Amino acid sequence: MSEEQIKNLEKQFEERIARDEKIEPKDWMPEKYRKTHIRQMSQHAHSEIVGMLPEGNWITRAPSLRRKVALLAKVQDEAGHGLYLYSATETLGISRDEMYEQLHTGKAKYSSIFNYPTVTWADMGAIGWLVDGAAIINQVPLCNTSYGPYARAMIRVCKEESFHQRQGYEIMMKLANGTPEQKEMAQDALNRWWWPSLMMLGPTDAESIHTEQSMKWKLKRKSNDDLRQQFIDQTVPQADLIGLTIPDPDLKWNEERQSYDFGDIDWDEFWQVVKGHGPMNKERMKARVGAWEVGEWVRDAAMAYADKKQERKEKQVV
Amino acid sequence: MSKNWPLWEIFVRSKNGLEHRHFGSLHAADAEMALENARDVYTRRNEGVSIWVVESKNITASNPEHNGEMFEPAQDKVYRHPTFYDLPDEVKHM
Repeated sequence: MSEEQIKNLEKQFEERIARDEKIEPKDWMPEKYRKTHIRQMSQHAHSEIVGMLPEGNWITRAPSLRRKVALLAKVQDEAGHGLYLYSATETLGISRDEMYEQLHTGKAKYSSIFNYPTVTWADMGAIGWLVDGAAIINQVPLCNTSYGPYARAMIRVCKEESFHQRQGYEIMMKLANGTPEQKEMAQDALNRWWWPSLMMLGPTDAESIHTEQSMKWKLKRKSNDDLRQQFIDQTVPQADLIGLTIPDPDLKWNEERQSYDFGDIDWDEFWQVVKGHGPMNKERMKARVGAWEVGEWVRDAAMAYADKKQERKEKQVV
Repeated sequence: MSKNWPLWEIFVRSKNGLEHRHFGSLHAADAEMALENARDVYTRRNEGVSIWVVESKNITASNPEHNGEMFEPAQDKVYRHPTFYDLPDEVKHM
């Protein structure tokens, strides 16, 4: 194809998206669209998979059967969400194995929030309430993104996600209304998860390299700063309601903006964690790669069994 | 590692009376495992009463680049639609 032909196709492509048409796997698409989607969707899938680890840590120690079945179901949902997203990404021509390879070698990133440790049961509450809360804010606009398989996967994800946040908030509420020690545990979890949750919504608009193009392709509908403000405005009253304090001395209601003003985010910490120096980066990758390697014989045995059954069937036909 | 698990396309009937609809895909060693995995991946909340699995390589798809010759011929055949035919107003329902 000549350069002019490609330009022309690109123009038609952008017009289709502007008209709110969906792009499907076999449609022509600019290489950059394909690459950007593979990057974002696979990282989204990786985040779901790695996101199981901090919570999986507490399944066996959940304080009651009610809490245990809920946490188990939530972690299972995350596995499901990872699988929806991996298979949606595969429609762009990358194999599952390549994606795993990128995750395991550190070439692909996952959400930095999962590089923080879960040291108490209250962390299960804080993660559901704050981390899933921030994730929902990020994900809802994606239900309407331009790439069909991604949009469809996100609709399923968003439908399932709201129970995650509610179960987390319920945990926090119970602890906050419990003994002084329990309340302290809830407050401590909020103190540790608040700032990383704000960082989860991405670097400030001035620093975000992908925003403009992503807006055009509807991979993003609102800027990181707008999403962060939305998250803060919706979460502060929820903290007030259960008597917990947001760990930000500069947080205050701005009557004029009808929004909360908030303190500076420690972006150095964010970039350190992104670069692999968070408290749990090594541990998470070790667990993930370990599970993949330990499971290899199971995958091979299943394949060998399937082949053998197939062979036997073919022989019977003869 | 020997060989990767192939990809399967999953179709779910959400309730009797409705058709099976494409839900997504997954990897599994064989059809039986694809069914079991589809149950866990796509019907954790009673989304289905019946599942079909088809190995992806067995699906032949039309090419969107040929959508012109494939689908446009239907566009000028308005006589296939009831509104093409003139009837007297007295005929209320037909």
